[in-house]
Amino acid sequence: MTKEFQRADGRGIEDIRPMKAKVGIIPNADGSAMFSFGGTVAIAAVYGPGKMHPQHSQNPEKGTLRCNYNMLSFSVTDRIRPGPSRRSMEISKITEWALEPVLMLKNYPNMVIDVHIHILQADASTRCAGINAAALALAHAGIPMRDMVSSVSIGKLDKQLVVDVDKHEEDWEEGEGATDIPITMTSGENITHMQLDGKIDNGELKKVLELARKSTKKVYEVQKKALKDSLNTGK
Amino acid sequence: MKTPRTTGNRIIEYLNEGKRFDGRALGEFREISIETDISNKAEGSARVKIGKTEVVVGVKIDVAAPYPDSPNKGNLMVTSELLPLSSSRFESGPPKFPAIELGRLVDRGIREGKFVDFEKLCIKEGEKVWSVFIDIYSINDDGNLLDAAGIGALIALKTAKLPKYDEETGKVLYGELTDENVPVSKDVPIITTIHKIGDSVIADPTLEEEDVSEVRVTIGGSCEGKVFSMQKGGSGMLSVEDMHEVLDFAEKARKDVFSKIEKYFK
Repeated sequence: MTKEFQRADGRGIEDIRPMKAKVGIIPNADGSAMFSFGGTVAIAAVYGPGKMHPQHSQNPEKGTLRCNYNMLSFSVTDRIRPGPSRRSMEISKITEWALEPVLMLKNYPNMVIDVHIHILQADASTRCAGINAAALALAHAGIPMRDMVSSVSIGKLDKQLVVDVDKHEEDWEEGEGATDIPITMTSGENITHMQLDGKIDNGELKKVLELARKSTKKVYEVQKKALKDSLNTGK
Repeated sequence: MKTPRTTGNRIIEYLNEGKRFDGRALGEFREISIETDISNKAEGSARVKIGKTEVVVGVKIDVAAPYPDSPNKGNLMVTSELLPLSSSRFESGPPKFPAIELGRLVDRGIREGKFVDFEKLCIKEGEKVWSVFIDIYSINDDGNLLDAAGIGALIALKTAKLPKYDEETGKVLYGELTDENVPVSKDVPIITTIHKIGDSVIADPTLEEEDVSEVRVTIGGSCEGKVFSMQKGGSGMLSVEDMHEVLDFAEKARKDVFSKIEKYFK
């Protein structure tokens, strides 16, 4: 690791931006949460488990987890057209895959659990913030979970690995450019989600996984505290 | 029809002993066969079969305005359709998630792998650039459409020629191809999808194997050990050690696939 590598906001290479997490932010929902990494803010709400409609979509073998990830039109510099895009549909599915391994969907035949995720403010790593908020909202809704999942992005800026990529870093162009690697792990250290865009050596990915293992632990602590705090305040 | 559970269980039992129904080794691909120029209206096209799985890929090229954030670069758009003709599981109508994901994974493999030199596709900065459309259609789905689509896209691009363009009228003269190739790199980014089923890691799944798989990782990379794109799919999970195995497996699979399609890139 090069000591002289400076991140624009002065963070150390393994530092995550200040995280905030809060559950119980939407009274109507069965479970809800907010999670932020610095300037990236996600909120999530869980409705269900409830009966799946239409009836032909019901699965008698296991319940369905249905996630919907959406960026609010004003969450980025150039307004984005409201409604689903190919990108947001993919992130919705990725989020389902990230969460499903820790849920016991076999206990909910013919039912559906809806998770709505919205990005209020985007400064990169929005899918990670969304997954963290969604996992908290599921726990807050009292849905039995085998484990918590925690998500963080690992970046490679030129040759330097960093934790929790922000927008400035995502657009890195010097040297080998930016490689963005969002990863989600259970606290039991299993990978439930991993994506990558950029260029990296196969061997270096092992270092990335190690960094993710360390960093998702930090996210997990923040999530755990948020859940405990909600009990103390009686919400 | 979805694979019956008894068949699925038997597939897993077999895999746990390192065996597959069709006798292949865990990392072994079915036979890959390729045909190029399957449509004379397309600027480039290919048909790829992996065993009984078949896709056709066409490249159409147009002149368009560049995106505001890349005024000196050509455009690339990859879409895919899973045709009802290719399987009783697919329905007509707007593309559903599997078709969208297929297009996006192929797009990222090519884009992040820097296979196309987009700056060379610029005609006049900020005004006119070549716009490349890659369209993928499934013809028969017997598993692993993704890897077939990736190979098809690479070969269709490699064989594509730019059409003639009349600068004065601003019209593309389709049907009159130039000798100019789409500027592609010598380093070919290959996409392979590795599944973990039971305790076994496999490449090139059949449809039945896909049905019992709960985790897959699609990895785009070079034969020299670089990785450009990755996406874990499915509702299962992988340990860190599993992921190491998957990464190494994918690297071998890329080399294997490349050796079979190498002649198209000379």
